Amino acid sequence: MCLSIPAKVVDINGNIADVSVGGAIFKAGLQMVENVEVGDYILLHTGFAIQKISEDEALETFRLLKEIEDAMKK
Amino acid sequence: MKLSGLIKKAAVLDYTFMEVCGGHTAAIHRFGIPSLLPENIKLISGPGCPVCVTHTSFIDKAVGYSKIDDVIISTFGDLMRVPGTGSSLEKEKAKGGDIRIVFSGPEAVDIAKENIDKKVIFLGIGFETTAPGIAVTIKEAEKVHVENFYLLSAHKVMPPAMEVIIKEGVNLNGFICPGHVAAITGSDYFNFIPEKYNIGCVITGFEPVDILQSIYMLVNQVNMRLAETEIQYSRAVSRQGNSIAQKNISDVFILCDEYWRGFGEIASSGLKLRKEYEKFDAEEMMPIKVKKQKDNDLCICGDILRGLKTPHECELFATACVPENPVGACMVSVEGACNTFYKFRMNE
Repeated sequence: MCLSIPAKVVDINGNIADVSVGGAIFKAGLQMVENVEVGDYILLHTGFAIQKISEDEALETFRLLKEIEDAMKK
Repeated sequence: MKLSGLIKKAAVLDYTFMEVCGGHTAAIHRFGIPSLLPENIKLISGPGCPVCVTHTSFIDKAVGYSKIDDVIISTFGDLMRVPGTGSSLEKEKAKGGDIRIVFSGPEAVDIAKENIDKKVIFLGIGFETTAPGIAVTIKEAEKVHVENFYLLSAHKVMPPAMEVIIKEGVNLNGFICPGHVAAITGSDYFNFIPEKYNIGCVITGFEPVDILQSIYMLVNQVNMRLAETEIQYSRAVSRQGNSIAQKNISDVFILCDEYWRGFGEIASSGLKLRKEYEKFDAEEMMPIKVKKQKDNDLCICGDILRGLKTPHECELFATACVPENPVGACMVSVEGACNTFYKFRMNE
């Protein structure tokens, strides 16, 4: 249940961001992270950004997930 | 050389490691990690699936509240099928109870705003990863004067349960520590384990390669007779963690004694709303009494959560207890040891 997923910030309104997880848009509260801008990546957990992460790190996780998805399709 | 090869080469002793987090349990079995390890490395599941350790009395209370006419229960979906003593939230919903699944605290507050003639109770479960979001939710609810929103808290903190397991004498050579708990708390939070008990900790991510790398790090610690806290999951975890999230937890919650399924009461292992936020505390504002009843005698979820037994040692496993009709919480949650064994390790 503590699973958190990397998500890209696509819009910010006050304390709430729209974040994209593989194209699906979710709301993320930004109360626990500082200096987040559109284009940044965050870890999303139960409606909140719990950590800012670097783009490289996020893309690496997406790559691993894609690899698993591809392997499961075979 | 591939990681599994490196592990095989390095594993010259016998090792037992516990994955604390339910997310790790699920990943380990979904990806067949035990099949990549030599026989002298044993992985056992720990107490870190919040659904699994939610005490029957908590479900009974939630079921009790759901029967009150002007109450709406809002909950993470994971809790719906967890059996209480006589019923579950799913069964109560089928009977007409107003029970709604949400993905976050703020969604539950929205339900409260839309239903001002009702009382909305949010079932708060989860560890240090989830608690700060709920803390922020409570603060925001106060800020905008939402007066019909309540929390029934079963939030828990991880270290006391880990300590209970160590003290019970489960033979462990290392902990695969929860990555997203540590994203909040920082890895230093776990330092007491190597320092006090000489057992190594590696903060671990959730992809199969993360888990294999952590096992490799733990094997090396044991081989070198070291016990320290290392961070494998450096892309999300620092030594100090997220200080804003930590502050939110401590602003809103205080530690309390808490019941864990399988463990009983563990001192200072739960999070209760502070006095200042008492008006949001469902149990303070609308006390409810439930009869304490015994769990099914044959269910060994408790022993499994404490690392003492595996699902295959349970008489009910895959007979009376299956995912469609679970007896114990470990069969309900997709992160539960019994559920993952049922799906991925039936042929053993």
